[in-house]
Parts: sequence; C-alpha cells; structure tokens
Amino acid sequence: MNPISQFVRATRPIYRNLSTSACVASARPIPNTGFCFELNDEQKALQELARKFTKEEIVPVAAQYDKTGEYPWPIVKKAWELGLMNGHVPEHCGGLGMGVFDGCMVAEELAYGCTGIMTAMEASGLGQTPVIIAGNKEQQKKYLGRLIDEPLVAAYCVTEPGAGSDVAGVKTRAEKKGDEWILNGQKMWITNGGVANWYFVLARTNPDPKCPASKAFTGFIVEREWAGVTPGRKEQNMGQRASDTRGITFEDVRIPKENVLIEEGAGFKIAMGAFDKTRPPVAAGATGLAQRALYEATKYALERKTFGVPIAHHQAVAFLLADMSIGVETARLAWQRSAWMVDHGQRNTVMASVAKCHASEIANKAASDAVQIFGGNGFNTEYPVEKLMRDAKIYQIYEGTSQIQRLIISREILTAAKQSNG
Amino acid sequence: MARVLVGVKRVIDYAVKIRVKPDKSGVVTDGVKHSMNPFDEIAVEEAVRMKEKKLASEVIAVSCGPAQSQETLRTALAMGADRAIHVEVVGAEYETMQPIHVAKILAKLSKDEKADIVIVGKQAIDDDSNQTAQMTAALLDWPQGTFASKVEKTDAGLTITREIDGGLETIKTKVPAVISADLRLNEPRYATLPNIMKAKKKTLKKMTAKDLGVDLAPRIKIVSVEDPPVRQAGSIVPDVDTLISKLKEGGHV
Repeated sequence: MNPISQFVRATRPIYRNLSTSACVASARPIPNTGFCFELNDEQKALQELARKFTKEEIVPVAAQYDKTGEYPWPIVKKAWELGLMNGHVPEHCGGLGMGVFDGCMVAEELAYGCTGIMTAMEASGLGQTPVIIAGNKEQQKKYLGRLIDEPLVAAYCVTEPGAGSDVAGVKTRAEKKGDEWILNGQKMWITNGGVANWYFVLARTNPDPKCPASKAFTGFIVEREWAGVTPGRKEQNMGQRASDTRGITFEDVRIPKENVLIEEGAGFKIAMGAFDKTRPPVAAGATGLAQRALYEATKYALERKTFGVPIAHHQAVAFLLADMSIGVETARLAWQRSAWMVDHGQRNTVMASVAKCHASEIANKAASDAVQIFGGNGFNTEYPVEKLMRDAKIYQIYEGTSQIQRLIISREILTAAKQSNG
Repeated sequence: MARVLVGVKRVIDYAVKIRVKPDKSGVVTDGVKHSMNPFDEIAVEEAVRMKEKKLASEVIAVSCGPAQSQETLRTALAMGADRAIHVEVVGAEYETMQPIHVAKILAKLSKDEKADIVIVGKQAIDDDSNQTAQMTAALLDWPQGTFASKVEKTDAGLTITREIDGGLETIKTKVPAVISADLRLNEPRYATLPNIMKAKKKTLKKMTAKDLGVDLAPRIKIVSVEDPPVRQAGSIVPDVDTLISKLKEGGHV
C-alpha cells in the first residue's frame, strides 16, 4: 500500500474503510508482470460488442432523442438484453460481478455514440453502487436482482435544491417511528428521477446541528411506487437531453427498517464511498465524447477545403486535432488507472478525482474545438458537433464539480506533504 | 436432430479502406481491423437458430487460417456455436489458400464430425470467390442449396428458397446437404456479454491441414495486385450522332 494512501486513511476517518474494505473483499490479485497496457481477449470482445452496439443502435438515433428528450427505453432495453448494463451486480444476485474497469470500457464506447443515452444507463449504476458496497445480502438480492430480472433502472438521490457540493447540507430528513422511518424532503437534479424503479436516498436522521456529518445521515432504499414519492417534471437541460433529470418530493414516505443501508448514521460514508466506483465511468464517458469530437473533426477537416486544400493541411487546424488527441489519450490513461486501482483493492479516491476532473475539461475543450473546426457548420444542428459541446458541459458539474475534485486532490497533496519527512 | 458444421472466415473488416502493398504482392493486412465475414455471421446465426428450434443438436464452427482466426471462432462461440475447430494455415500457404483447399478441409471434417448440414457464407468479401459451398458439396457428393434466403427443415430433408437473378427459387433436398447463406437469410444477433464470457470455456480444437490429409500446395501464383484504374473523366458531346460515332470508334457498339 503506497504511503500516500496510508496517510490519507489515517487522517480522513470519514472516508476510511467503506470503499476500500468492500473492494478488498473482492479485489483481484496484482499480477507480477509489471505494467500492462493491453486488454485481454475477453475485454476486447466486450469492447467490440459495445462498439458495434453503439454504431448500430445509438449513433443513428442520438440526434432524434436529443431533439425530443424522450427517454431511450428501446435502447436501454436492448443494452440490458445484451448484458451491457448491470455487469457490476454481484454474482449471487444473478449479475456478472464485473470489475469497474470493464464497466468503464463499455461506458466509453457508449458515450462515443451519445452521452445522454449513456448517462441514462450509467446513472442506474450510480444508484446501485451504495447497495453493492453497503447492502446486506437480502437487500442486494431484492433490489439488484430486480434489475437483473427486468429492464428497470435505479437512481441516486442525494442532491437537493439547496445542497449540491455541500452534501453535509442535505436537509431531507427521516424520523424513526416504530419499525419505520418517515421521510420528508426535496431532491433535485436526480438523473433517472422519473423512470427509476427505486432510489438510493440520503437523508438526515440526526437533527442536532452539532452532530458531525459522518454520523448524521442515513442511506435508504426507497421504492418509486410508495405513497408520498412524487417525481417532478422532466427538466429541460442544455445537453444530454435524452437523460431524464427531475426534482423529487418525498412527503411522509414510510420506509421499512429493512431498507436502511448498514445502520443509522452510516449514510454519508456510503454516499461518498460510491464515488470511488462511479467517478471512473463518468471520466470514461467524457473521454468517449472527446474521442467522438476528434473523429468528427478529423473527418470534416479532410473533406472541407479552404485556400485550395483540405483544412486538415493547415497547421492551425491540424494542431487543434493534435491537442484533442493529447487530451483523449491522457484522459483514457487516467480512467483506466483509477478503475484498475479500485478493482485491485487499492484506494483510488484521488486518482478517480484526477481522472474525472481531467476528462471533463478535455472533453469540453475538444467539443468546443470541434465546433471551431466545423466553422459556421459547427454551430448548426445539422452537424453533429454542437450537440457534443452542449453535452460536454455537465461533465464539469455532476458527480462532483471540477472545483470539488480540485479540493480533494489538493487536500491529498498537502496531507501527504505534511506527513512526509523529506 | 442434425449436427451442423459452419465455416467462418476471418477477413478485413468491411468498413476498412483497402490499400494495396507498394510491392504489389497483396493488400495491407498488418494492423488492419479484421472481423468475421458478414455472410458467415449470417451462416452462424442460422445454425444457432436451428439449435434453438431443436432442429440441430450441435453447432461446430470451423475456420482455416492463422492464429488470429481463433478470434473469429470465439465470436462464433459467443453467438452460440458449441465448439470450434481451428485448422491452422500460415505464411505462404495462407497467401495462396483457395476455396478448393478449404472445400477439401470442410469435406473431410464433415465426414469426421458426422455433420448433417454444412452452412457457409455465400462468398467472402475479400476474394468474392463464391466457390467453397459448391466445391464442398461436390467433394461430398451432397446436394447444395446456395444463395439461401430461407431454410426450412422438414421430415424429408430441407426446403431451401434461393435468390436467383430472376427472383426466388424453391428447392427441396435430402439431408445431408450444403447451404450457402445469402444476405436476407436472417439478421445476425449480437453476442451477449454472458455468452462472450461463456465462449471462453467452450472447446477450441487446433489442427493442421496435414492432420486431415489435405494438400495445401498452391494452385495459383499471385502475379501482381493493383488498384483498379482511376476513373477517367467523361466528355460531353453536342448531339446523339456524335455520341454514336464516338461509341463506334471506341468499339463499344
């Protein structure tokens, strides 16, 4: 275990144990062969499947879903049939128990086709992750098994109108009443909010303002069809329009005590621990978008002529492509490493932040540069790149804003520096 | 229930732009994306559907080629084939391997494996030979249903609808028989992730043409491979009479 992680573990008790211990239980042994940058045959076959699916099922309809904002159920169902969703569900629930790396690989391929459609699928994974890392066997069998048996999706409900980055500021509250918890509050910007079968909800269970965040919150599994659960209207967003984002109101919702994850007060840890597994796929998604921007821009630059030659022959344009490529390659290496680390039982919190932050920024730059290369055509909806630019922005915001990622990374640097003797 | 043998070929992917090697000895294959011949995917799909309809008991995929042909066989296994046989052919022998060689291999394997139906794609997209199915049937002295767009199994044998120039032709054959798959026979499935993982555990047997007693000595010699000539610009003529006289001059009428 490398020294930096050790120090962080000692000094950040709120993050201690949860993600790492859950990983260590199913962590893969680290091979002795040193660095390897090659996929194995099974991964190649999986990547091929995802790529083919994207090309044939997602790319042809992405623009249409972007226009209508309709939830891509037909695509979600097809992907579910092929096993492209829910690969990470443990085997005892009927899943494949796949690692984060393989899931990220699929995410990047799907995102290449459309990040809105891909987010609709990934958000279900985000909602499931607390149950995967903190659920008991009964909860896992019931709620994860349900998603394996039918093409249903889940959602992760933490953000509120008044609390996004400041998760400790969550005001939705749950009060114990006999064998049940009564849930009241408002969530916002919940991806899959209107279509999910069940939600992971974070609520404050200790009303004492002096109680530390690490003990004041509890994680619950809440079913969509319970009385008092009201998803709001579908929000009209700048991009990723196929994805369903809504506010959700909980009014005196009765939660049985069996639906508490771990125990009262464990919620904050669970909510944060999930990110170690879900930030790499988001980074992979942003990488897929950047790759698409690069592909479209290159294709166009070889066709469009200016001053007698294809514009790709002008260095100003060629250099934009080169910078896009630098972004794509480094973002890919970053998600790959952060995913590999968590699969092999290493604490990847910082690397996941690095990957997510970097990928989101290069994706925005690549999409913007792609529009630039397309010139006037790039600004127009008949060409594919303006959608990429609209879709890219959210990557700097959701799953932890770029500013929060920088907070995580810089804290790590300073902690390690203070602890080091050199 | 029938035992089905499916021949699959590893070819350059249909979406790749083919480039001729500078020394004109062939096309560039190094580092180029390869995949299963699309018509062979249709053949595998048909075989797997037969198994699902309980008309076939076992589907065996066969490929002749270098080590990478195993990837193609894994794809066939992931689509639902039960086991695979890789007949390894490499180097110069692979460059000059022709349908006659493959047909001899498939014929021998069909006898060894006691196959009742052999299905292959109607032609490979790299050489467009359209010979393997026909030659295999002739070597085995089995009936053949080529360019199949529909295959039905009856008690008497097979009813095959063939796509021919004039339309559709329906023939009835006994079993055993050889079928070659045409485009509209079916829509191949995606290999699902669970099947991709199961494919790893299925048997893949490796052998050589010599093991089957087939001689791979070349029947052809590749003299040169060149790009098709660049299309010449046309010219606009003032009237029909000039057009006719120009066509006559060119020897076209």
